[in-house]
Amino acid sequence: MAFKIIVCAKQVPDTNVIKINPATGTLIRDGVPSILNHDDNNALEEALKIKDKYEDVTVTVVSMGPPQAADMLFECIAKGADEGILVSDRAVGGSDTWATSNTLEAAIRKWEKLNGPADLIFAGRQAIDGDTAQVGPQIAEKLDLPQVTYVEEFEISDDLKEITVKRQLEDGYELIGIKTPCMLTAIKELNEPRYMSMAGIFGKKDIKVWNAADIEVDLNKVGLLASPTNVYRSFTPAPKAPGQKVAGDTENEQAKNLLVQLKGKHII
Amino acid sequence: MAVEILKEKCIGCGQCFKSCPYDAFEFEPYAGNKLGKVAKINSKCSSCNQCLTACKFGAIKEKQQEAATDLSAYKHIWVFAEQRQGKIQNVALELIGEGKRLAKDISEETQICAVLMGNNIEHLAQECFEYGAEKVYLVQDPLLENYTTDGYTKVMKQLIDEYKPEIVLYGATHIGRDFAPRIAARCNTGLTADCTHLDVKVSKYIEFAKANTTLDTSTLDPNDPSTGIKQTRPAFGGNLMATIVCPKTRPQMSTVRPGVMQKQERVAGATGEIVNVKPEIAAEDIRIEIKDIVKSMKEMVSLTDAKIICSGGRGLGDASGFELIKQFADKVGGVVGSSRAAVDAGWIDHSHQVGQTGTTVKPEIYFACGISGAIQHLAGMQTSNCIVAINKDPDAPIMEIADYAIVGDLYKVIPEIIAEWDNAEALYDASTK
Repeated sequence: MAFKIIVCAKQVPDTNVIKINPATGTLIRDGVPSILNHDDNNALEEALKIKDKYEDVTVTVVSMGPPQAADMLFECIAKGADEGILVSDRAVGGSDTWATSNTLEAAIRKWEKLNGPADLIFAGRQAIDGDTAQVGPQIAEKLDLPQVTYVEEFEISDDLKEITVKRQLEDGYELIGIKTPCMLTAIKELNEPRYMSMAGIFGKKDIKVWNAADIEVDLNKVGLLASPTNVYRSFTPAPKAPGQKVAGDTENEQAKNLLVQLKGKHII
Repeated sequence: MAVEILKEKCIGCGQCFKSCPYDAFEFEPYAGNKLGKVAKINSKCSSCNQCLTACKFGAIKEKQQEAATDLSAYKHIWVFAEQRQGKIQNVALELIGEGKRLAKDISEETQICAVLMGNNIEHLAQECFEYGAEKVYLVQDPLLENYTTDGYTKVMKQLIDEYKPEIVLYGATHIGRDFAPRIAARCNTGLTADCTHLDVKVSKYIEFAKANTTLDTSTLDPNDPSTGIKQTRPAFGGNLMATIVCPKTRPQMSTVRPGVMQKQERVAGATGEIVNVKPEIAAEDIRIEIKDIVKSMKEMVSLTDAKIICSGGRGLGDASGFELIKQFADKVGGVVGSSRAAVDAGWIDHSHQVGQTGTTVKPEIYFACGISGAIQHLAGMQTSNCIVAINKDPDAPIMEIADYAIVGDLYKVIPEIIAEWDNAEALYDASTK
């Protein structure tokens, strides 16, 4: 029987490129590329490495998002995933992490109904737009799976039952043994994601788009109104009073002028 | 959406459109006004509430959400007093200080309590009291010796069900960020990640907003008696700040970034009440095995304690640029930091990263070298006492927040600063003559 891996992934705006319009204080979103979230890319890569090494392994990428998030699933399949599932429905819009994990739980349960239980679920530690790191553990809780987050090294036994991971800590790591099925969340240190292959780009794309009815989710547990957390207010960070440009015709003059200023203000 | 349009007040002017960061406004036909149209909110709305003050005609109204269940049974503020190998993490002590402030804002009777889990850790209760805790829930068992998601979550759920806290705060450490979401899911309550500011009183939130933000507070009532927690955090990669509430469920839970909140002064000999709790836990509850815990041999980067930080970003061009940054840091007695872009490029280890997903710092001097100043970076260093930016691009966002901006090639400027550093006193004396 096939060893079935699910990877949870998210399409995100590249937050490194986003700028604020200083006049209106709003985000400039034009021309900001949508990308496969970094940590999710590492999660996918680790799944694909298992698929490379062992016979009869399937990799399914599951995502929630607007219809255009299918582009990201295209990319995942072009890298080597077998199929992509996109849950897209206005009813799940505005979800916080609790409601999002309910949606993804329902999607995974639905997939398991059709394909049999998943053996391993990977997710990225966190997405660069929300940076919460909450959805992975919350899906694990709802599927009643053990979890390890911040996975920086991964090894699986040849019978695909015993996993050993290094879990990153601020000041070192833990070496953890865990059995399948389980949920692991990946960080950047885990691996170097591959590029899409030519064959992958031009090959068949098995992308399914499911709505709330398809995943049979309780509508009282998804979307904005069901979410326990709500935005109270939001705002752009206050601009700091402008500082001064350090004068000088040469770099040496600039350096000297800076040091004079810092000394004068007793900063050094 | 969390706002609604009052059609009878809307005149169809479209002035609200530009307040929306998400392009969520459009028009719909409406016979009741001169222009024959009113604003409508489409599915792009992310409920950020930025439009609340955008309408001069009072046509945009906040939708209120009612709690479905009785929340009044939940009382007091808890801090997860995270300990590793018998040592309480600094952030837990910071949170006891912050939690105490919040507790007294709710009411005099509201207590600040620490939850201590582990094995043979009675002595840590004293430390919690000395930093301000009034009560300590002490849970000890050999199975709790080291943190495991399964073990700690089971016990925390048991405690929450029995004692019903109103608010639970966790440090946003690698353990706190593994633990808190799991409990929030099990309790079916809300959790807000990586908060940088907390309030319970609306009046205090207004004070905070006025002093530190661009937020128009005219829609907030300073006499509002509600004391639900208002959790402010960077959102959208730090490009926006959002304040999050959890109105319908309890406990309200937050993880808080280390280094942001203030510890209270340690009061030697302070005491409080210890509640010993017997954990309902068995070995088979824990589905993982910790085979080893290894302290990293790599040099610890203590960005949080550094007085001077020299940070490099994408403008360095390649990894070798950090050699110059290291020389610079060595000369000025500082620590090497970096932007996320430099870490993502693989030029330097993540442990050096300053910013929303890295470390929050507030040194005496922050040298930003070749860092453009993505807001996610600014979110982690803008409270530095003095910011010096060195960048080729005079229009880079970092130049706007820098106290001192040097427009130039960092490869030429930094060597000059290094060369002149020891002459600073003499240069200053000469300049005043």
